[in-house]
Order: sequence, then structure tokens, then C-alpha cells
Amino acid sequence: MIAIVDYGVGNLFSLASSLKSLGLETEVTRDADRLRAASRIILPGVGAFGDAMQKLTDTGLVPVIREEAARKPLLGICLGMQLLFEESYEYGHHAGLGLVPGKVCPLADDLADPTLKVPHIGWNAMDIVPGREDDPLFRYVKNGEYVYYVHSYYAKDCAASTLVTSEYSIPVTGAVRSGHVYGTQFHPEKSGDTGLRLLRAFAEL
Amino acid sequence: MITKRIIPCLDVKDGRVVKGVNFEGLKDMADPVEMARWYNQSGADELVFYDITASVEGRTLFTDILRRVASEIFIPLTVGGGIRTLEDFDRVLKCGADKVSVNSGAIANPDIIPAAAQKYGDQCVVLSADIKRVDGRFMLFAKGGRENTGIDALDWLERGVKNGAGELVVNSIDTDGVKNGFDLELLDAVAKRCAVPIIASGGAGCMEDFKTLFLEHPAVDAGLAASIFHTRQVDIRELKQYLRQNGVEMRL
Repeated sequence: MIAIVDYGVGNLFSLASSLKSLGLETEVTRDADRLRAASRIILPGVGAFGDAMQKLTDTGLVPVIREEAARKPLLGICLGMQLLFEESYEYGHHAGLGLVPGKVCPLADDLADPTLKVPHIGWNAMDIVPGREDDPLFRYVKNGEYVYYVHSYYAKDCAASTLVTSEYSIPVTGAVRSGHVYGTQFHPEKSGDTGLRLLRAFAEL
Repeated sequence: MITKRIIPCLDVKDGRVVKGVNFEGLKDMADPVEMARWYNQSGADELVFYDITASVEGRTLFTDILRRVASEIFIPLTVGGGIRTLEDFDRVLKCGADKVSVNSGAIANPDIIPAAAQKYGDQCVVLSADIKRVDGRFMLFAKGGRENTGIDALDWLERGVKNGAGELVVNSIDTDGVKNGFDLELLDAVAKRCAVPIIASGGAGCMEDFKTLFLEHPAVDAGLAASIFHTRQVDIRELKQYLRQNGVEMRL
């Protein structure tokens, strides 16, 4: 069973539907025992980092997520990926879960082309980091397939864990991995067939 | 690099897709779920659903359709039509919408934009505007394009972005249904004042219209159309291949 962590941030309908469409048993839950019973955990999220981290802390699930992440595959999506990092500079300075080394910073400050728009909204090509092509997450996708992004902040100082970048005048961190812990800045549940194939690979890790 | 987006728009009334020409003379087209499937397979980058139903029954039917589409099609979905309150945002987001488009609702109550942006994030709030030239000025129209609000459209859009709209749908009444190309003058004027993604709507008649739009007006991010896609006068897959061959970044 794949547990989707429900901590009151964002819309889980599409994510749950996309997993169900792959025939995967899925549960949207905030019950610690269900996260422990799950074979995999997905941490979703949209909105602001500080608010989301507070809501996640309020559920009491942070220690459970830390423990389970050492045992089974965990996937953070969009803001859920950002929460995996050590810290964020979105409206102030906030501590994250610290499961992946690196920090989350404003995209606008670092773009080489200042005419590009922020948020970075739309379909962008996945550039798989050379040497990472054989990661099991990519079992069913090819380098250069398009995925859907919506974000204004991005992860940096995380080269050792970066699996995918997408070009937006700078290479923007698209997917990361540290041990069992995976994260995608893009939304696989909104990335059409490519996204479904990534989710299928995650379910088979 | 990020791609330009091709977006079919489905106007839904009483459970069926309809599309007017110059906003009048609605003509029944097809089943919305079937059409959504077709567009997903054709490579549409996003789908927009407009609820143009007036009745309560129609509204319930619309949310049922939305839920069915969102449970099998996994590309971004934008929903508009009859969005006036945060409860309306909530209703369609729970059925699987990713973005919510406000038009007349924001004219009646401009505070809906900052309230929704704060609650759901800027990326969720799309400001859609029907715009027409009146005495050489771009004016904002309400009620499906029938009523001049007396508001300067460019001021309106700029203010909307400042208040938290994350994307703009710029619909030209002057070019809508005429199939003679997008309203490039209007789009340039909007792009000069607004730094968020701009979706061009109204006037596309052929593939060349999209090429001109994207190659000569790089500040425009997406092209939206309805009837030319519904009638397959323009096939989305062919359009995207054609645009890529002409140097426009496209997801194929």
C-alpha cells in the first residue's frame, strides 16, 4: 500500500487518482500506524514552505516520517520535495526535514535570464544527470521527456543527490535522491503518461 | 527549456461541450469526458473547462464531469465559469482542478483575487478577461462579453497580477470567432505591463496563427482555442509538430 501523507496542504485528488489508475493500492492518511504499515510513502504539498512545515509538525508525523524514510521508499512531490531539505529561505528562514542535504532558495534571484517569468510554470524537459541514467526511477522513461512544473523556489547546493535538472536559463533541480528518499520538483501526477511511468517505477522500487 | 503550451478550451453547458461564435449562437459539440480523453491523447498540454451553466442541476453535473475527467486524465486542468467565492474555488479544487479561472466574479468582487491567492497560492489563480476596443482603448467587458464595465482592461490586468493572479487569459472579443489570427496588438500591450504567464485566446484560425504568435511574440506563453480544435480544423498533434519544426519549443 502507498500512503499519501494528508496534512492539510493541497489537493490530493489527482495524486490519489493517478496511483489508482495504475492499479496501485493507495491510502490518503494522517495516521502514524498507516504510514508504518505502508510499503511506500508520498509526501505531497503546495503552498508556502513555512506554513506547510508547521502543518506537518502539528500532525505529529515528523518523527514517523524520519523513521520510515530509513526503511522504505519515500517520494516528496513539489513542496513535499522541498520539505525534504535542510532549510528554506521562502519568506524568512525555516528548517526542513533534513533528509536530503541542501537548501531551498528563490528562483528569481538566480536566473541568468531575468526576462524569464517566475513562477516557473509549464512543461520542461528532464535532463537526467550523466551517470544517473540507471536509477530505477527512470526504468520507464527516457532522457528529455517533458514534465510539468509549478514553483517559485528551488533546491540548490544538492549536486550529490541531484538526478534530474531542467533548463530555465540555469539548471533547475528537478529530481533528487538520498538513500530511499526521492523527491521531484515537478508534478508526476500532472505530467501525463511520462508522470505515470515515473510513479509506476517508484511503486516498483 | 520550457515549452509553449497548446490549450483546448471546453465550454460546458448542461453536461455537453458547446462553443459560441462571437459569444452568441451556441452549438452543441460533444461529450466533455470523451473530448478530454481525445485531447489528452492528441498531446494537449493543459485543458480548460468553462462552466457556462446557469442552473443548480447543471452545476452539479459539471462537478461530476470534472471529477470524472480528473480521475483519468493527468495533465493540468483549469476550471472557470461561475467562480465568485472562495467556496467556489474549494468546490472545483476538490474535484481535481489545479487552477481556477475568475472573470466576472472578480469584476463583481475584486477581493476574491488576493483572498484566493493567499489561500491557494498565486499559481492557482488565473485571471481571465474579455477585452474589446472602444474608441481606441482596450476596455474590460463583463457578462460573457456583452457589457462594457467602463474599466480600462490593461489597468485591470496589472492590478490583478499585483493582487496575486498567477496567470492571465487574455481573450479578445474583437478577434474571437473571426479565425483571422490572435489579437497581437492587445497581447503585446498586456505583456508590457504584466510579468506573469499570458495565455492568448480568441482568433486562432490555422496553424500559422500559432506560429506567428509564438515566434514573433515571445512574451506569450500559451495559445488557447476551442472550435478549431473541436472541429479538428486544426489537429493538435500536427500543430505541435509543425510548431517544433518551425523552432518553437513543444512537448511532443
